Amino acid sequence: MIENIRLAFRGILAHKFRSFLTMLGIIIGIAAIMAIYSVITGTNEQIKEDLIGSGNNAVTVTLYQGDYQYEAEYGSGTPPILTQKLKDRVKSLAHVTGATFYYSRDYTQNVFYMNTRFSGGKIYGVDSDYLETCAYQVIGGRGFVPQDYARFAKVALVDANASESLFQGVHPLGKTIEIGQEPFVVVGIIDKKADAMPKVETMMEFNEYYSSTVGTIFIPDKSWPTVFKFDEPMNAVVKADNTDNMSTVGKAAADVLNESIGSATSNFVYKADDILEKVRNTQQLQQSTNMLLIVVAAISLVVGGIGVANIMLVTVTERTSEIGLKKAIGARKRTIRAQFLTEAIVLTSLGGIIGVLGGLGLSKIVSNVMEVPTALSLTAIAVAVSVSMLTGIISGLFPAIKASNLNPIDALRSE
Amino acid sequence: MAKWILELQDIYKDYMQGKLVVPVLKAVNFRMREGEYVAIMGPSGSGKSTLMNIIGCLDLPTKGKIFLDGNDISTYSENELSDIRLKTIGFVFQRFHLLARQSALANVEMPLGYAHVPRRERRERAFRALERVGLADRVNFLPNQLSGGQMQRVAIARAIVNNPKLLLADEPTGALDSKSGAQVMDLFEKLNEEGVSVLMITHDRNIARQAGRMVTIFDGELR
Repeated sequence: MIENIRLAFRGILAHKFRSFLTMLGIIIGIAAIMAIYSVITGTNEQIKEDLIGSGNNAVTVTLYQGDYQYEAEYGSGTPPILTQKLKDRVKSLAHVTGATFYYSRDYTQNVFYMNTRFSGGKIYGVDSDYLETCAYQVIGGRGFVPQDYARFAKVALVDANASESLFQGVHPLGKTIEIGQEPFVVVGIIDKKADAMPKVETMMEFNEYYSSTVGTIFIPDKSWPTVFKFDEPMNAVVKADNTDNMSTVGKAAADVLNESIGSATSNFVYKADDILEKVRNTQQLQQSTNMLLIVVAAISLVVGGIGVANIMLVTVTERTSEIGLKKAIGARKRTIRAQFLTEAIVLTSLGGIIGVLGGLGLSKIVSNVMEVPTALSLTAIAVAVSVSMLTGIISGLFPAIKASNLNPIDALRSE
Repeated sequence: MAKWILELQDIYKDYMQGKLVVPVLKAVNFRMREGEYVAIMGPSGSGKSTLMNIIGCLDLPTKGKIFLDGNDISTYSENELSDIRLKTIGFVFQRFHLLARQSALANVEMPLGYAHVPRRERRERAFRALERVGLADRVNFLPNQLSGGQMQRVAIARAIVNNPKLLLADEPTGALDSKSGAQVMDLFEKLNEEGVSVLMITHDRNIARQAGRMVTIFDGELR
């Protein structure tokens, strides 16, 4: 075997330029696949991080009426009410590390600071677990304290976007805003923790996060009924212990909440966002376009393989007399076959290795120029090298068999 | 009485030329003792090369039996025939057939590789074979740095490196000038004295005469 590899290198080095040209097809094919693959992997990681938020693992469980998300302003019927007891049950589910219930209005029109309307902004009524569960941190002032809840205090928190859009340069702390004609004092500014990306529920929201600058205002859930209705339904956010458990945790929490609804109001249902599925869908979209590119690159690999086969056939013809001699002095068919097959495999593997290096360089350039992330994958490298070896086996097999079947008498005569 | 190293019984060989059957060998019977030095002489087209190929296990007879060292090789498989060529027979060709890119030593080592001899031993045995043919000082030369006679001696070293029982030589002096031809012939004689059976094919009566026994082949028949 080692002998064959040495022979193969000698054969390849004997025709350096020809060998390089032969390898070029393999090099280009492998390099292209490597580069595309690392861009895909990088982009996928990025999508996953964007959608899920690394280190957060929060799943939103939302109330639906029929097929639509229930909205307090427009909804009909008597929606279910979530109790502290239910929250405790959700918290005690397996893999759950936190749970919070909240009221929400997505497009508020009745929030003002002085004469500025907080148009299109969101307002949330949150319990004391909300900030922790959804990975918010206080960056100015304070968060909600137990007294706020006990006294039904009219206090509010604003996020960074809201403080921009509503206050327009004025420092919001201590300012009074009007929510449904009630005065609320801004006591704190909050923002997502650096390692937690937004809690995104739909692709629309994903886009919105990047385009919307209106922001969100938070008030204690106890104070919610002073401006909105008493019996408004709440949604829930549950936090899973790790990303892979998000789907199961979300479903389990939705089941618990649905039990509370009862049969009378059967067109209400809680649904958990299967965020992992959304991630998969988005990734698939990305992948299917890139798969096309990989197929194109694979074609160049096939062409490269044909080139190798062609050169190996030439080599066999050139060395007919050598093959005849070797057979005459006792080399078995298998020995001859192995020699030429090894040469083809060494040739393509060499091309594969150069291709991998080229591909890694290429993906670095692509990521710098186009500002897309790339990820180096050991699996991809292993696959690329194996594929190039496989190409060698496939394209070397026929020439090698041809060599081993040469009749030594004819082969010796040719010179 | 030494035993037979080679025995041909009623060997026929036909070639097809289109639809025409051309008989090349007709009822060839031939025996050779261990340690003998025999020359088969015949003009070109007499079938001597075909006979050589059949004895050398490169070709199969249409009919007849061949015993090499007591074994009936007409029943052997392809791999078994390869092993016979490797271990029992040593081949010397008219045009040397050395690998041009490899040193004399590497050329001689080659059959040992097929016999799975370990590297170090290979080197040693190849060196000793080159010593036997008087080329110990040319070990690392490439074929194109050697004269014709030297190349043929490297080829002979390659043929004897596996200690074959029978050395087959096909016009070994055919491509050489008379002086180096004589040297090569001396070498065959010396090897024969050392106990190697030698079977040589030639069309040159003067060369054939140097063998211990001479057989003539004409029109596919031994005389």
